[in-house]
Amino acid sequence: MRNFADLLDRLVLTPSRNGKIRLLTDHFKAVPDPDRGYALAALTGGLDFPAVKPAMLRTLIGERMDEVLFAYSYDYVGDLAETISLVWPTTLEEETPPPLSEIVQTLSRLGRAEAPSVMAGLLDRLDPAARFALIKLATGGLRIGVSARLAKQALARFGDRDISEIEELWHGLEPPYETLFAWLEGKTQKPVSTAKALFRPVMLAHPVGDGELSKLDPADYVAEWKWDGIRVQAVCEDGVKRLYSRTGDDISGAFPDLLSSFEAEMTLDGELLVGKPDLRTGTFSDLQQRLNRKTVSKKMLGEYPVFLRCYDLLQAEGEDLRALPFIQRRAALQERISGLSQDRFDLSPLVDFTSWEDLDAKRRAPPHPVIEGVMLKRRDSSYVPGRPKGPWFKWKRDPFIIDAVLLYAQRGHGKRSSYYSDYTFGVWTGPEDAPELVPVGKAYFGFTDEELKQIDKYVRDNTIERFGPVRSVRAERDRGLVLEIAFEGLNRSTRHKSGVAMRFPRISRLRWDKPAAEADRLETLTSMLDS
Amino acid sequence: MLPEISPDKSDFRCLKNDLSSYLMKPQNLLQPRPAGLYCPPGDFYIDPVRPVERALITHGHADHARAGHGQVLATKQTLDIMALRYGTNFARSRQAISYGETLTLDGVGVSFHPAGHVLGSAQIAVEKSGLRIVASGDYKRHPDQTCAAFEPVRCDVFITEATFGLPVFVHPDPSQEIRRLTASLMQFPERAHILGAYSLGKAQRVIKLLRIAGYNTPILIHGALEKLCRYYEGQGIDLGELEPATVEKDLADRAAGRVIVAPPSVFGERWTRRFADPLNVFVSGWMRIRQRAKQRGVELPLILSDHADWNELIATIRETEAGEVWVTHGREEAIVRWCELNGIKARPLNLVGYEDEAE
Ligand SMILES: [Zn+2]
Repeated sequence: MRNFADLLDRLVLTPSRNGKIRLLTDHFKAVPDPDRGYALAALTGGLDFPAVKPAMLRTLIGERMDEVLFAYSYDYVGDLAETISLVWPTTLEEETPPPLSEIVQTLSRLGRAEAPSVMAGLLDRLDPAARFALIKLATGGLRIGVSARLAKQALARFGDRDISEIEELWHGLEPPYETLFAWLEGKTQKPVSTAKALFRPVMLAHPVGDGELSKLDPADYVAEWKWDGIRVQAVCEDGVKRLYSRTGDDISGAFPDLLSSFEAEMTLDGELLVGKPDLRTGTFSDLQQRLNRKTVSKKMLGEYPVFLRCYDLLQAEGEDLRALPFIQRRAALQERISGLSQDRFDLSPLVDFTSWEDLDAKRRAPPHPVIEGVMLKRRDSSYVPGRPKGPWFKWKRDPFIIDAVLLYAQRGHGKRSSYYSDYTFGVWTGPEDAPELVPVGKAYFGFTDEELKQIDKYVRDNTIERFGPVRSVRAERDRGLVLEIAFEGLNRSTRHKSGVAMRFPRISRLRWDKPAAEADRLETLTSMLDS
Repeated sequence: MLPEISPDKSDFRCLKNDLSSYLMKPQNLLQPRPAGLYCPPGDFYIDPVRPVERALITHGHADHARAGHGQVLATKQTLDIMALRYGTNFARSRQAISYGETLTLDGVGVSFHPAGHVLGSAQIAVEKSGLRIVASGDYKRHPDQTCAAFEPVRCDVFITEATFGLPVFVHPDPSQEIRRLTASLMQFPERAHILGAYSLGKAQRVIKLLRIAGYNTPILIHGALEKLCRYYEGQGIDLGELEPATVEKDLADRAAGRVIVAPPSVFGERWTRRFADPLNVFVSGWMRIRQRAKQRGVELPLILSDHADWNELIATIRETEAGEVWVTHGREEAIVRWCELNGIKARPLNLVGYEDEAE
């Protein structure tokens, strides 16, 4: 348990991705089975202990210490689990605390009635860091900035394997993942899964680089629209149905409307969108209403129905089609899609083109606002996991660009902790003769290391006020730093004073040459909302 | 070993919980004033926060030891540290007192006793007409190889600090914290480990703890620590090999995998950029609280303090056998509450000018 508690405490304070991966791989190396497998399960959300509730812990501590002293403590710390872990009276704290596996087994057998006494018994045996880990584990509150994807990347690094191999296996495995670790350590063959409706790692495209198309023959490629939803995989095998995100997270629970009308043995690759295929394709902000939910209300289902716009067919009637050329898979998809519910599934249309110039023109003027560009797929390309170079390209619509003025700068994390590297910027609003700047977004990438140094110096030299790690910077009509901001799209937002929220904003250029007064006005942004 | 205060021990025991029977009322012997804790019969202040004629100083931290007083009475080491910080003319006259020695100032007996906080730190016992008050200054009970260990002094009124006066603050074993640092040095050998540690006391203690743990590599120190580290070494505290962290040419490897000790104020400052991918390690009792570590961008918090934790505070209050406790700088309300629950009279002193962050 001590290893696991230390791991949690380090992960939560380590900002860099590589640092986190190092901590995880070292943990997998240092800790034996089954403890490392349970740690992996805890981090990837694979454990659930319904018997332990925060209110019960609150009662337990109330029986053990003065309520007033507890109230002072809780008030100071702010987090209930952390407070209890710190003030729990130490009685039997052990030199060698019980291993994580023992704790997981105890918790998983726990009934509501015996939960208080068992939890108290465990807390008595642990040190404060381990008590914190136990409470977070038992109450399901392990929010420590480690995604399932990151854990899988660490596994890939640990076993020197490609992540797609891990993603493909993942849903057929159970904690404590002993067969997975044995394979990653080269001790056994790759585990064979008998589970149904597994995720098949997704094939991704490279962006079209400068001058790249001139080397390619348009006749070798087909083009299709790139829709602005989320890329998903829908699987149905022997009646088992699953919907996976691009990275293999099981998101079935949030989309019962789609899965309940999925009646065919197949694996589809497509774009999840809101609306009705033949009537209306909703925007990304519509889709956002349905994302990141564990369950979904009837009202949601009615107002924001989802459908799948299909790109590819990976499996049909148990037959793996991934090795076939794209055009054959596409033909099979076209043939079978008519058997699916017309309300929930349609085919993403191909785009006819004669030359790259012709396609470029179509890309710039798409027939629908929810199109964000075109995809190019080699006619003979098989479906290969990952991002192979050559067979598939994405050719996005050009980003939106505005000029904004730097308002606030915040210190970065990790490598950037001595730099002001996170920038809030604004545009002009109000009357022409007395305009004010209103914040419209935040960006923390897009610039070079050299540019970062220049902005950092500018921030330090032009600070008006400091609030902890944040500095406000001089921003007036005749004095201010203009940043050219590129972004992918714009949503209406009630949470922001400006009424708009940018998608993927980044700094595309520093406009040292441009007077702040000439930065864009809010009207420029709001007009983009309607486009 | 408890210094005796009353010629008749049994007499003292039956009287100690009833201060009203003394001729001297405690608040007439020591009382809070805007400039600090004042003793009217002795006409002196303890750790005054503004210039006064006569000052008794518990230890060299800047919020307790200020420059500009008339006469200063302190331990030799505290006087030395003040001279290092403020120059030799930090007061008109200076007088050294040894631990255990008693002086009489206008009829008030004054003695200094080890506080275990930093080198030279003392509790000050003030006694008149059979009434003894101990002003502990800052203190701790955890072992510390860089200063004399705290000695409990039996008294009628104990004035305690309360920097970590909440049950959430229980400092772990220092060697366990040092192990976490040495583990990180091995796990991240390409990163410079910057230890933020207060320049008087904490810096030397953490260096000493590393040496005790067998870490023999030269340690880089920030310029602000140099004089004090040299002073500690002159006092017989071996800190091993120290190198200045300010000389560029010595940092060919940009101190990857090395330990650099600096004041915590360097975190996030340009000074850190000379080092290889700095990893911020904050050495402080505050690091017990995760949010505190997170706010400051600390990647490796080491919970190590020169102040008493909750358990040390309440154990010390009991050991002094004081019938009354005055609580100052920190979380007074929780200590006052604990005293009430345990039948000890207690009140907050509400002294101002002592820093919460004086770690
Ligand atoms: Zn101090």
